[in-house]
Amino acid sequence: MEALWQSLTLPPAFWYGLLKIGLAIGILMPLIALAVLAERRISAAIQDRIGPNRVGPWGLLQPLADGLKFLLKEDFTPGHVRKAYFWLAPAAAMVPPFLTVAVIPFGSTMGSQNMVIADLNVGILYTFGIVSLSVYGIVLAGYASNSKYPFLGGIRASAQMISYEIAMGMSVVPLFLLVGDLNLGKVIEYQAQGGWLLFKQPLAFVIFLVAAFAETNRLPFDMPESESELVSGYHTEYSSIKFALFFLGEYAAMIAVSALMVTLFLGGWTLPFFGLDQPAASVWGGLLHLGIFFGKLGAFMVLFIWVRWMMPRFRYDQLMHLGWQYFLPLALANIIVTALWLWLAAG
Amino acid sequence: MPAPETREIEAPDALARAADNLEELEGERMTLNMGPSHPSTHGVLRLVLELDGEVITDARPEIGYLHRGDEKIAENMTYTQFIPYTDRLDYLAPLANNVAYALAVEKLMGVERALPPRCQYIRVICCELARISAHLLGLGAYAMDVGALTVFLHTFTEREKIYNLIEALTGARFTTTYTRIGGLARDLPEGWVEQCRRFLEEVKVNFDETEKLLTRNRIFVDRTRDVGVLPLEVAVDYGISGPNLRASGSDHDLRKAHPYLVYDQLEFDVPVGSVGDCYDRYLVRIEEMRQSVRILEQCLRQLPDGPIAIDDGKTVLPPKEKVLTAMEELVHQFMLVTQGVKVPKGQVYFGAENPKGELGFYINSLGGGAPHRLKIRAPSFVNLSVLPRLLKGNMVSDTVAILGSIDFVMGECDR
Repeated sequence: MEALWQSLTLPPAFWYGLLKIGLAIGILMPLIALAVLAERRISAAIQDRIGPNRVGPWGLLQPLADGLKFLLKEDFTPGHVRKAYFWLAPAAAMVPPFLTVAVIPFGSTMGSQNMVIADLNVGILYTFGIVSLSVYGIVLAGYASNSKYPFLGGIRASAQMISYEIAMGMSVVPLFLLVGDLNLGKVIEYQAQGGWLLFKQPLAFVIFLVAAFAETNRLPFDMPESESELVSGYHTEYSSIKFALFFLGEYAAMIAVSALMVTLFLGGWTLPFFGLDQPAASVWGGLLHLGIFFGKLGAFMVLFIWVRWMMPRFRYDQLMHLGWQYFLPLALANIIVTALWLWLAAG
Repeated sequence: MPAPETREIEAPDALARAADNLEELEGERMTLNMGPSHPSTHGVLRLVLELDGEVITDARPEIGYLHRGDEKIAENMTYTQFIPYTDRLDYLAPLANNVAYALAVEKLMGVERALPPRCQYIRVICCELARISAHLLGLGAYAMDVGALTVFLHTFTEREKIYNLIEALTGARFTTTYTRIGGLARDLPEGWVEQCRRFLEEVKVNFDETEKLLTRNRIFVDRTRDVGVLPLEVAVDYGISGPNLRASGSDHDLRKAHPYLVYDQLEFDVPVGSVGDCYDRYLVRIEEMRQSVRILEQCLRQLPDGPIAIDDGKTVLPPKEKVLTAMEELVHQFMLVTQGVKVPKGQVYFGAENPKGELGFYINSLGGGAPHRLKIRAPSFVNLSVLPRLLKGNMVSDTVAILGSIDFVMGECDR
């Protein structure tokens, strides 16, 4: 009996890992709720409105009410859809952003634990692998709905997301030429010592930022949805909690790319003063680093929201034109210039 | 001589068949049904689009979902009773419709020049307020269709103020029914002029804000410039009127070409476009609103005192206290209510420069209190007729930009 118990006991790293996964989901879900509320309040401020302020103090419980509403609505499945894919699509849209978050170091240390769920040495490759999965949710939804508007939305989405993924992937290559490592923890270490990559690779940052808008299907790149012409694009036929999953997936994706941008360009959990660029010695220091990370994340989220309410939408061909004829060549040129510079600097 | 031997030549057919095959190779066309219930067909317009990928190869507008038979209804009631129905034509500018209809009937009666000056000025104020209101909504919806939602809410805030003004003036916000044959329902309420002046100051700021959001916004310009170009000859051929015609380069404006009311005494410019694309149509509307503000400022400054209706008991309802005390007024009231305004035999056409274009009323009268036939020339109907031509060759996303820039109201189009 004792021996059996011994063999069942798993190493503490496993339990810590499980705890961190729980924490990440436990933090991400409320963050999404907060982002939805922020979107509604900020858009209201931009549009001279008040926004939701009835549910709870300052409307803080509004996301809860929204979620409850989604759950209680009739989950209607139209007769003409391809059922299996129709059910699969919302889940496929929801999962990738959560997986992306796994490799993001969202703090320095808490006691003996690194604040990253999976400290992969191929972090960024993993990230792009997962991000490219997120297109499946949308394409599947467009295909499964078996009607014309979602179909057009799905086609647009696949073209758009694949195009911008390439530009996005190319834009970060110079970063890793500089850092010399694919591990995101190492990227942060590099920035703590040598300054943020935002200032060293501004072009890469701009390309990545724009591609991030396109990847998350946010205005001005919300072609797959484009409410005015495609009604709601790929999720036209969805209702109730299935629609909510797409909705959550979009915000989760925003949070995931924001976290990625914070890590890659803004030094992650570090700040270049008060010695905040060194791993924390105490729990309070660890919490402070968490705060810094989420502060930067919040800034990006506000940017996402702000841009959405100030811009019209691109046309599909203009978007492809921009992606293939400007961003991809620019990103490639950036790689060559960086490589040349490194080669010359090395003598 | 025997007839020369003939035989069937299959060549053209074979060629045609080859072409058919080629089309098959090019891919299947998809028919996309846009509307009548669609977020950007503004009401109940239905477009049947034939798509090759995202490119429109054929477009067929289907109208009539909001047909109520207004023209037939008009034959079964007195001229005054029809005024509320004009509210429901271009329901974004009911005041302007009221004025246009009243002027048409008055022209048939030959009294349109006998209208007291105060009445004429107030009617101009009504028309221009309606124009600003309609253009604000048109531009807001247009911007919303190309994805800029914030503009829509900003312009709507200003429209709300216009509705407050209209409510103070007519008692209703939407269905105004403000004019009467030969005058107006009531005079301006106290303090209305000041309220209107304040609004004009505020709305000018709003125009600037709207322009900041759109005019030099790269995405908006990309979406609208050289999209849906309507050359002037085509516009004239199709009978386009209003801002859409002026965006194509004509300076035809009924307020200048055939001045009615006191428009010939007011100073204003007619903005004209150069290309006739969606962007020009946007610019023309913005400038038209500015000119409307100019007209309104002049009207409020020059607004004369005096009666608001013709002093003729056979046309305009007498004051209530006199009806209850004097015989003649009582008879007038009785005749007007039971039989309507007596209109002479004849026919008339009157067109007014409405926000959407030339709103015309053709009235054929056999004498008496009701028209024998009433025809409404609805600018939205005419402007929509050019859609198949404008849409062909554009992308699906351009459809909404073109529809938004044409700025139509189905209530008017379907009548």
